[in-house]
Amino acid sequence: MALDKAEVEKIAHLARLHISEADTEEVTTRITDILTLIDQMKTVDTESVEPLAHPLDMVQRFRADVVTETNTREQLQDLAPESQDGLYLVPKVIE
Amino acid sequence: MEWETVIGLEVHVTLATKSKLFSGSAVAFGAEPNTQANIFDIALPGTLPVFNEEALRMAVKFGLAIDAEIGKRSVFDRKNYFYPDLPKGYQVTQLDFPTVGKGSLTVTLDDGSERTIGVTRAHIEENAGKSLHEDFSGMSGIDLNRAGEPLLEIVSEPEIYTAKEAVAYLKKLHTIILYLGISDAIMAQGSMRCDVNVSLRPKGSDVLGTRTEMKNINSFKFVEKAIYSEVERQKDILEDGGSITQETRRYDADRDETSSMRSKEVANDYRYFPEPDLLPIVIDDDYIEQVRATLPELPDAKRARFCDQFGLSEYDAGVLTSTREMAEYFESVATKTGDAKVAANWVSGDLQALLNKNNLNITDSPIKAERLTDLISRIKDKTISGKIAKTVFEAMADDSSSVDEIIESKGLKQVTDSGEIEKLVDDVINNNPDQVQQFKDGKEQVIGFLVGQAMQLSKGKANPGQVNQLLRDKMK
Repeated sequence: MALDKAEVEKIAHLARLHISEADTEEVTTRITDILTLIDQMKTVDTESVEPLAHPLDMVQRFRADVVTETNTREQLQDLAPESQDGLYLVPKVIE
Repeated sequence: MEWETVIGLEVHVTLATKSKLFSGSAVAFGAEPNTQANIFDIALPGTLPVFNEEALRMAVKFGLAIDAEIGKRSVFDRKNYFYPDLPKGYQVTQLDFPTVGKGSLTVTLDDGSERTIGVTRAHIEENAGKSLHEDFSGMSGIDLNRAGEPLLEIVSEPEIYTAKEAVAYLKKLHTIILYLGISDAIMAQGSMRCDVNVSLRPKGSDVLGTRTEMKNINSFKFVEKAIYSEVERQKDILEDGGSITQETRRYDADRDETSSMRSKEVANDYRYFPEPDLLPIVIDDDYIEQVRATLPELPDAKRARFCDQFGLSEYDAGVLTSTREMAEYFESVATKTGDAKVAANWVSGDLQALLNKNNLNITDSPIKAERLTDLISRIKDKTISGKIAKTVFEAMADDSSSVDEIIESKGLKQVTDSGEIEKLVDDVINNNPDQVQQFKDGKEQVIGFLVGQAMQLSKGKANPGQVNQLLRDKMK
């Protein structure tokens, strides 16, 4: 399966990656190579194989529902570029 | 052409845990911004999720309540999108292996008929934070207290065909969730939110039309109105030969119309993949049975039992089981007074009116079940009449004294002393010679008037049965 340039640009946009015009061709080739490998893997008969959700063959441990955290807003907001009235400030986002 | 409306509902409820889904931060409502957002919740690098079992237990509880298949192995996935109130850049949710699979719930419609509506699935996911777009020097403010709160998203099958059915489904869901105690499910506060998918198709067709989605509608009434308004809009377009654009629309309650928000990104734009930071959640039959053992009696079962055990009508039983608290209140009064019908009338009548008037929940009622029980007992032992009981009830709303103290202090005790009643009856007979004659001539219904006169003289305190009997005896 080969990707075209437009698809690569769309994927890059979704991941908020900037890929320069000059690099687009190489990135397209590389992703296409990966997809070719996947196409090859798809030819293997996996009928009797359970889908893998995680490479570790283990199950999730649970946590009891207890509040263990305290208010650390002040320290955390010291790290933020901007904050006001307890809110983190970011460039205006409105649809 | 005749059109058929097809509605699907996605309901998010905030699970009533004490801590977040993947961190030990508190989730109290109304806290100061970002005071419940720790290093994990704001997505500092290197932090990892630790799964809160209570969210799983609550989801399983819900699944069992709607007779759903329970996923013994559920898997979390990342749903990727960028928005500042989603600091990780992805929402952790369950795509292919949700904790709750196919189930159903039965709703009762206005005409008393029942319909079973399928639930496709219910999955556990985390909430996003909140963006505030007021003026912060041209910037947006982000509060991450909500980020990471556990949500259960309940998805219905697209087999709801009218706005009324949609509301009945939502109300039923709401009742079940409150019975289970897994969420406070307050729409106005956002702990229950509803997304509505609407499409039209020619009647008789079994192919779904293109749908639009209306997000975050925050009351049952608006859900109903939004559906009516969107159906009209789509019908107009289709009848003019146009086609519907698949998109997200906003419902404006003031103008009672929907408007386009943005084209819905196609599903695979979220680039879901299994969350590598979490292992599969695996539970066994024992686990499920342990949760099943904690299920309360559910509304349908309770309603049926109330009809059966207390001889209530379907309607009364429905009203009295509309919340678990009201059902428990009623059952306590009915059992202790031994008179379910009278208990039902008081609870669904006077008590409900009192609560509505003061905008109170039954748990905050100034008249608790014990006091209402005492009041009804005083009617039954003839200390007061049913009519005077209403006066006592009104007094009880503002006075926390015992029923007996109120009856005593207001001098409302029923007069059963036969000497006093005899005097009343004599007065009535002497003052109303015409009516007495009419009665003697066989006009039976005049007795009502005469009893009324006696009751008035006694200011309602005489025992009407006694008065009636004595009048008849004397006029023989």
